[in-house]
Amino acid sequence: MSDQENVRSASNKGKKVLPVGHYRGLGAWTVFFFVFLYLPIVVLVFYSFNSNRTVMNWGGFGIDWYLKAFENDGIQTAVWNTLIVATVATIFATAIATIGALVLARGGNFRGKTVSLGLITLPLMVPEIVTAVAVLIFFSAIGLNLGLGNVIIAHITFCIPFAFMPIRARLEGMDTSMEQAARDLYASEWEAFRYITVPLLMPGIVAGAMLSFVISMDDFIITLMVGGAGSTTLPVYIYSMIRRGLTPEINAVCTILLFVSIAIVTAYWIVSKKSETKTVH
Amino acid sequence: MTLWMPKTAAGKRWLGLAPSYIVIGIFMLIPMVIMGVFSFLEPNPYGGVMPEGSVAAYVKLFFEYDLEDNLVFNPGYINIIYRSFQLSIGATLLCLAFGFPVAYYITLQPEHKRNFYIFLITIPFWTNLLIRTFAWIIILGRGGVIEMPLLAAGIIEDSLRMMYTDGAIAIGLTYSYLPLMVLPIYASLEKLDFRLLEAATDLYANRLEVMTRVVIPLCKPGIIAGCILVFIPCLGAFIAPNLLGGGKKLMLGSLVQFQFASARNWPFGAALSMLLLAVVVVVLIFYARAAKKQAAIAGEG
Repeated sequence: MSDQENVRSASNKGKKVLPVGHYRGLGAWTVFFFVFLYLPIVVLVFYSFNSNRTVMNWGGFGIDWYLKAFENDGIQTAVWNTLIVATVATIFATAIATIGALVLARGGNFRGKTVSLGLITLPLMVPEIVTAVAVLIFFSAIGLNLGLGNVIIAHITFCIPFAFMPIRARLEGMDTSMEQAARDLYASEWEAFRYITVPLLMPGIVAGAMLSFVISMDDFIITLMVGGAGSTTLPVYIYSMIRRGLTPEINAVCTILLFVSIAIVTAYWIVSKKSETKTVH
Repeated sequence: MTLWMPKTAAGKRWLGLAPSYIVIGIFMLIPMVIMGVFSFLEPNPYGGVMPEGSVAAYVKLFFEYDLEDNLVFNPGYINIIYRSFQLSIGATLLCLAFGFPVAYYITLQPEHKRNFYIFLITIPFWTNLLIRTFAWIIILGRGGVIEMPLLAAGIIEDSLRMMYTDGAIAIGLTYSYLPLMVLPIYASLEKLDFRLLEAATDLYANRLEVMTRVVIPLCKPGIIAGCILVFIPCLGAFIAPNLLGGGKKLMLGSLVQFQFASARNWPFGAALSMLLLAVVVVVLIFYARAAKKQAAIAGEG
């Protein structure tokens, strides 16, 4: 490659020649792409420090709206609901996904494997609005009315594939020699699972739990449709705030939620990166 | 511990899968079947349905009753469906045009940089869609981030009225699902053997030909996957048309929500959802066929 480059650059003296496969303007295009991707987030955070009453008119720097948001009872209730739903949904979804992934990654080839995989990833393929409508109709048809419980059930369902994917990926990257060694040393099947498989699988489980927590915390449309009056979560509350009129209070709440998501995803990234380097050894 | 454990491997297998089957089966699969049944029932004016069979919901897609109770063709809903397809295809193409060069650029970078770029692309995807769309109101809105400097400099005198237009919805949709286009394209470009590009150059292909005849055909599976991943959620989108289209410019997703929240015509909402689901199934069948064909080509080669 470098020889070829030298020959080429020698043939057109002075003019810098791009190596094969490189194109002019790609870097600039990529910069523009990231500006487009992050500009809205920057704008949102910036305007959350606006002390004016309306969002668009800049009235000086201030954290007034953050203080106001913390005092808002509606927001407090919504935050609690969001945390309860996300925590419970994550625990159930991760547990269900873990045993499902163990069977699908370690159970060999069996009849119904493809169908099972399809079923577990079904919530990823169906448009959210369709899931929302179907679950709403189902709850009303069977007359189930558990308030927040209905929301939690819906969240467990669509969190399963998000928890499932990193756990299965981790299982498929793990070799079974350690477990076999443990079995050779007279560990029972349960002991080998408890003391070898589970600790090795842990990064995958943690990653899966984080993803399903973020997905649950950020869900809007399904909660809007399924949740009743008493089960408002933070995204649903933000939506009602936007409809009432734009104030920097919305920006303040959004900024907080945004940073919680980013913190969890960054943690997820670090965990999965660490587990990658561990597998190499 | 061992008391309740099934003895056979198959028994253990199904015990492990049972929770997934029970939860997704009961709370996702059965609800979709019930939704299908509801779409063939009479609406209850107070919400819900009456237990009488009817195809009125599907008829409503095309026709309405005029004052003399005759069925006449009504293009209203067909237009909304058509608009949804138009906007979704438009947003998918924008994502492709915008995302492909970026995916390609990332592939050219050294490995540690590549991972970081991918991380930067996935971050917005994991943050709240509602919040990210709301940010566009501040950017595009009257006196917003784009208009403010132009107004201040006297370049424009009145608002550009960018909000509540199809363009605003298209921008919102493109922004929402852009990462879903870049990631699969990157995944297939990453596997690309760059020696093939050199071989093509040695055989007198110019840069454009290297791109159109080597790179693009080889990452076609990624392009198709990206287009599907963007197109499906666009078609069912609710947030972008509602916030940026102002609720007047309806799309399929917002029309469905409207049937349940305000219009109280559950069967019609269910019928519209069935339509959406049918489109998804058709698109996925198309994808499965394309993937099979690609695998067959790869197998021959």
